[in-house]
Amino acid sequence: MRMFSWRFIRLWQRNRDVFFRLWRSELPGFTIEPVIVLLAFGVGLGTFVSGVGDQSYIVFIAPGIVAGYAMFAGIFECTYGTYARMEFQSTFDGILATPLNAEDIIAGEIFWGATRAMLTGTAILVAAAIFQLVQSPWALLIPAVCFLQGILFSALAIVFTSYAPAIYSFNYFYTLFINPMFFVSGAFFPLTNFPPFVQNLSWLAPLAPAIHLTRSLFIGKFEPNPFLSLGIIVALTVIFFAWALVAMRKRLTK
Amino acid sequence: MAIIKTENLTKKFRDLVAVDNVSMEIADGECFGLLGPNGAGKTSLIRMITAISPVTAGQVWVDGQDLARHSRRVKALLGVVPQTENLDPDLTVLQNLLTFARYFEIPRKEAMRRSLEALRLFQLEEKRGSRIKALSGGMKRRLLIARGLINQPKILILDEPTVGLDPQSRHLLWQKLRELKAQGITQLLCTQNMEEAALLCDRVAIMHLGKIVVVDVPHNLILKYVGEKLWEIEPSSPAEREQIIRELKNHHVEFEEVGLAIRAFHVDNDELAHKLLVRPRQGTLEDVFFRLTSESLVE
Ligand SMILES: Nc1ncnc2c1ncn2[C@@H]1O[C@H](COP(=O)(O)OP(=O)(O)OP(=O)(O)O)[C@@H](O)[C@H]1O
Ligand SMILES: [Mg+2]
Repeated sequence: MRMFSWRFIRLWQRNRDVFFRLWRSELPGFTIEPVIVLLAFGVGLGTFVSGVGDQSYIVFIAPGIVAGYAMFAGIFECTYGTYARMEFQSTFDGILATPLNAEDIIAGEIFWGATRAMLTGTAILVAAAIFQLVQSPWALLIPAVCFLQGILFSALAIVFTSYAPAIYSFNYFYTLFINPMFFVSGAFFPLTNFPPFVQNLSWLAPLAPAIHLTRSLFIGKFEPNPFLSLGIIVALTVIFFAWALVAMRKRLTK
Repeated sequence: MAIIKTENLTKKFRDLVAVDNVSMEIADGECFGLLGPNGAGKTSLIRMITAISPVTAGQVWVDGQDLARHSRRVKALLGVVPQTENLDPDLTVLQNLLTFARYFEIPRKEAMRRSLEALRLFQLEEKRGSRIKALSGGMKRRLLIARGLINQPKILILDEPTVGLDPQSRHLLWQKLRELKAQGITQLLCTQNMEEAALLCDRVAIMHLGKIVVVDVPHNLILKYVGEKLWEIEPSSPAEREQIIRELKNHHVEFEEVGLAIRAFHVDNDELAHKLLVRPRQGTLEDVFFRLTSESLVE
């Protein structure tokens, strides 16, 4: 495996420039939708649900939606976005002729995906704060968590993209893996509703620790230990990042 | 001194050998032409030399540095104009140049200066704010060339740069390439245009089936493979044809049958010319190309 260099920042800047050129078309999907989901579930469904522990239902799901949609932002960027740049636009083929190597491009894509995750997570967090749902000043750390889990999910998405034979392949990725994970990772109901075996397993589905960590900061209660979640996220990030560098280099350089 | 050197360079795509054991040297400051029929392996060779595509076997040195180990540093020296257009469609014309300049760590102000100058040179000033989609084919190609020059490369590598250019733009590019050569910029020019190769290149290599068949000064190639003068004979009947062939053989003239025509090489026998009622014409690089890349010649 070859490492990426600081030059990845140039690819990150390229994506940022494009984003700010086109942000009007991207903004609604990643900010308005989650706010609608938050209100629909929180207020609409919340009137039928008695809340979780001593929290109202909407306070329970808000951090789940922050983390979940942050994940979606990163993954979208590094599946459909990366695939289009790679296959339809030959963008990376052009960049490979500059001092950026494949690894710099891959890292740039991942860190840009993480940035998108952070932007989305932060936007929803601000909305939640406006609705006075945020319970603790620790929530100020949530954007950083979004960025961190954004690296993990963007790297995971890049791994999938590097094997994707066509853009349609992403349908499987979403319907078989990402969407189910969103629903069983503790965003909408506590994992304790599951038998212990499933509970343990779901901690390996990387969204569960991300949601747990986000929720801990959101409500200011740190149980079980949030460092366990952090450790899992970091470990999985290292694995998927390395895998992404190797698999995507193969795909990009033929 | 060789500024680009390859040793036993090979590229395989599964079972297909696209580049077969190529060892070559390009001298500092020279314009080196790369000719060859479609599928000969020119682009594959260029993509390896520019570190875009990994080598299957063999080695490349550029400016004394091992490409495998110092790819980032080597690529900083290169200006690459690819055969297939890969401009960034998410960015405008000007942004394409500025963004590319940033990949090369050119400071913003200098990047702007160079970009505007390049747009002026390639007559794209009015299009600076356009999306790539809104450019004509030739404009895209001009922008692609402008982009390849943005880092003021020490070595310029162009893969069929004049395809689709109108005559003005083509001459403009040739002029620019001559200027750059005068400044000592090494050029590797892959082209299907023999006139272009003869005009610009100090030496040309002819590639066929993944191998470099010959490398030499264009004029030497002409002298060696087809001669200063040759005859293009079109017999009007099979009988005449047989008679001409007999005459050529009798006088030990090298010839080739090209469809219905007969092409005789290295001709200097005026008497025979008179007898056969043919007029000589100048041998060209194109004749060399045909001779060296016709399938029959290769075992
Ligand atoms: N990515 C690839 N995958 C599989 N085969 C390839 C790939 N790129 C090139 N080839 C094959 O390698 C051979 C050489 O192709 P290459 O593009 O190098 O030829 P070329 O000399 O540049 O031709 P042209 O004059 O048409 O541009 C061809 O047979 C081509 O089909
Ligand atoms: Mg080619």
